[in-house]
Amino acid sequence: MIKDRLRSIWKLLNSPSRHFSLMFLTLGGFIAGIVFWGGFNTTLEATNTEAFCTSCHEMKDNVFEELKTTIHYSNRSGVRATCPDCHVPHNWTDKIARKMQASKEVWGKVFGTIDTREKFMAKRRELAEHEWARLKANDSLECRNCHNYDSMDLTRQSPRAGSIHERYLISGEKTCIDCHKGIAHKLPDMHGVPEG
Amino acid sequence: MKTGMVVLAVVALGVGIFVGRGFDRADEQVLQPPTTITVATPKVTELSNSIDAMRRGAALNIEPESLPLARVENADIKRGRAYPMQPPTIPHAIDSYQVDQNSNRCMLCHGQANAQNFQAPPVSVTHYMDRDGQVLAEISARRYFCVQCHVVQTDAPTLVDNSFLGADEILAPTAAPAE
Repeated sequence: MIKDRLRSIWKLLNSPSRHFSLMFLTLGGFIAGIVFWGGFNTTLEATNTEAFCTSCHEMKDNVFEELKTTIHYSNRSGVRATCPDCHVPHNWTDKIARKMQASKEVWGKVFGTIDTREKFMAKRRELAEHEWARLKANDSLECRNCHNYDSMDLTRQSPRAGSIHERYLISGEKTCIDCHKGIAHKLPDMHGVPEG
Repeated sequence: MKTGMVVLAVVALGVGIFVGRGFDRADEQVLQPPTTITVATPKVTELSNSIDAMRRGAALNIEPESLPLARVENADIKRGRAYPMQPPTIPHAIDSYQVDQNSNRCMLCHGQANAQNFQAPPVSVTHYMDRDGQVLAEISARRYFCVQCHVVQTDAPTLVDNSFLGADEILAPTAAPAE
């Protein structure tokens, strides 16, 4: 019964069109493709905004509040980083990979894994570790999207910062996240985490 | 009965509008810009003998113009100590350094284990001792909050003259009188 039905569907799909012209099918398919791709991309970009991230109270009341006090939110030049600038890769393939991982976050939202301050604080170390691991693995790519070492004038930094960057960053011995953890959000319990 | 209620409602509405407008007017009055009398910022030395350094001599009914915000000195040049056992001042900015139960940013560089990697002065071994003199592996809880004793310095001009002399200056032999 089901087999017959499947066979008839396959036969329908596999046989040439009886009513529609070739031009209709190709142009129609092309236009439908544009509409689909445009819609997909628009949705993708819509989920890649700070407004979208902070539409959940988990983000708005915890991490976004913390960001507001940091230099990545308010500073002398008025350039600022939004959530996806640091947390979503900018290249398309990596971005899609991260977006697929983010389905886990939808799961977390649905089941309320961090829907209270207490739950969030309890899980904070684990969440932070994911981000540290990601940035360590891609050599702090999201930092470097803006903070390009080739354009970094060490003489304009404080002597302390300049010499440390010269020593560890230029040599490739360390990457940004090794020292700059917790710059945009508060740190979790750091016991046992090597810093610097 | 029904008409009575309607009349009552209309009267209540009228009163509400009247009172509301009254409040509006009250708001307008409040919103009038306060008459600000700005006093030119006096030179610091001018008032340096005044005990009223924070208000810089401005009368109580006058809002003195605030001085520009001071900047934290960030030159990484160690300062001397004014007296023995003075906690050294911090010669750099410590903006948004997290020092709390979870993390101590100062110890990233100033901890005994890390100091050589960052060429930072390590905290003294006394800071690793508990009150019984036992040396601990990590900074002692009673020394944990660095800025209780160690503070940054800003470039703000001093508001009053300061005749403080460091111990070395007091103990130094007085210069030979000029001939």
